[in-house]
Amino acid sequence: MINNKFFGRKRAEPTRAIPPGQYLEDGFPVLSAGPTPRVDIATWEFTIESSNSDGSEVLGKWSWDELNALPQTDLKTDLHCVTKWSKLDTDWRGVSIDTLFNDAGIEPVDGFVMARCDGGYTANVPMEDITDGKGLLVHTYNGEPLAPEHGGPVRLLVPHLYLWKSAKWVRGLKFMDQDTPGFWEQYGYHMYGDPWKEQRYSGD
Amino acid sequence: MAVAPGPGLIWQSSTVESIVDASPRVKLFRLKMAEPRKFRAGQHFDIRLTAPDGYKAQRSYSVSSSPEDPGILEFAIELIHDGEVSSYFHEAVQPGEEIEIRGPIGGHFTWSPELAKPVIFIAGGSGIAPIMSMLRQRFSSPKRATGSLLFSVRTKQDILFRGELEHMMVSDPTFRSVVTLTRDAHADWTGPTRRIDIQMIESAVKASGQKPERAYICGGTGFVESIATMLFDSGLNYDDIRIERFGP
Repeated sequence: MINNKFFGRKRAEPTRAIPPGQYLEDGFPVLSAGPTPRVDIATWEFTIESSNSDGSEVLGKWSWDELNALPQTDLKTDLHCVTKWSKLDTDWRGVSIDTLFNDAGIEPVDGFVMARCDGGYTANVPMEDITDGKGLLVHTYNGEPLAPEHGGPVRLLVPHLYLWKSAKWVRGLKFMDQDTPGFWEQYGYHMYGDPWKEQRYSGD
Repeated sequence: MAVAPGPGLIWQSSTVESIVDASPRVKLFRLKMAEPRKFRAGQHFDIRLTAPDGYKAQRSYSVSSSPEDPGILEFAIELIHDGEVSSYFHEAVQPGEEIEIRGPIGGHFTWSPELAKPVIFIAGGSGIAPIMSMLRQRFSSPKRATGSLLFSVRTKQDILFRGELEHMMVSDPTFRSVVTLTRDAHADWTGPTRRIDIQMIESAVKASGQKPERAYICGGTGFVESIATMLFDSGLNYDDIRIERFGP
């Protein structure tokens, strides 16, 4: 189907390719399903739990100070939101999931993780998509503490997937043997969410 | 609550049936779906435009018509400065044109007549669109609890759906609507003339006679952030504060 009189906005060519169906955004839009939760750094903890049929076992736990004492990773990356905007060259600092695993002596296993967050948000991600340098817990954006509306104090960053996977206000990861839908996935968003394959919704 | 993912969302064609000026910056587009898809009040659809050279642009728009208006989707499209999709709709689209759409999408920001809780709806500008879908369905459904609308717009000209909201208010004793103007209120305006604050929310709650147990907030990011925080602080459950933000 062609809209004959539609030509699109005259735009500067992106400095590099962006995924299909996306447009470049200079600002940093805020999208969340619920209010921005208030998070107290003094009692903040991040936990990694295993999946056991008879409950779960805490494999690692970090306070805010402990997280900040770990080796830090800087990452410049592009963001792609399922609501169609992409933002290039965003600067983040945080702790890679690999570093957390090393610190707690956790061996990555095949399977999936569910990110769980203050406010009850969840997002499912394959284990292999947050390890080998692909996933970070970020607390600093553009050299400043990550603002609450963007997920501060700490959000997950998995930039090669649509941004809803980079769960805001993240408080833990739970290992799962089977892929289970998180918050938006239950509403029909794609289980994986690769922007380059335009996996926005179930069936894409 | 969750929607079964089903076979996935496929692009389909729709035909522009009518275009109505709703305010100086907003037009209402009624699209007839080639293959009607059911949706829930509050959900949105994706719209995709394709230029003759193959360039495509997609945007999400909330449906403002009632789910009980079969096969029809009404979108309240605000003209955004430099917005390639909204400017095309405002300047080029004519009745009869075919537009590619797919949906419905989303599921958290939804209302249904089964919800028995008293509700407060809070809209800023064109953020009224998904809430209007809820109010329209609510109006034609058995009323289980009170509904209150707080609607913030800049000027009197920007009050979308004004006549319909007034009609709902006079015909439905369980519904109350308060419009506040944040700019250029004239002497003949008897409603509030400030941004929505906790006093305005409390007075709407008092007038409705029932404390809201669910809130739907839709508007710009700053608007939604500030009101969601007010409602959270006033004791409404986190999960009962449903928000939708209109970004770029």
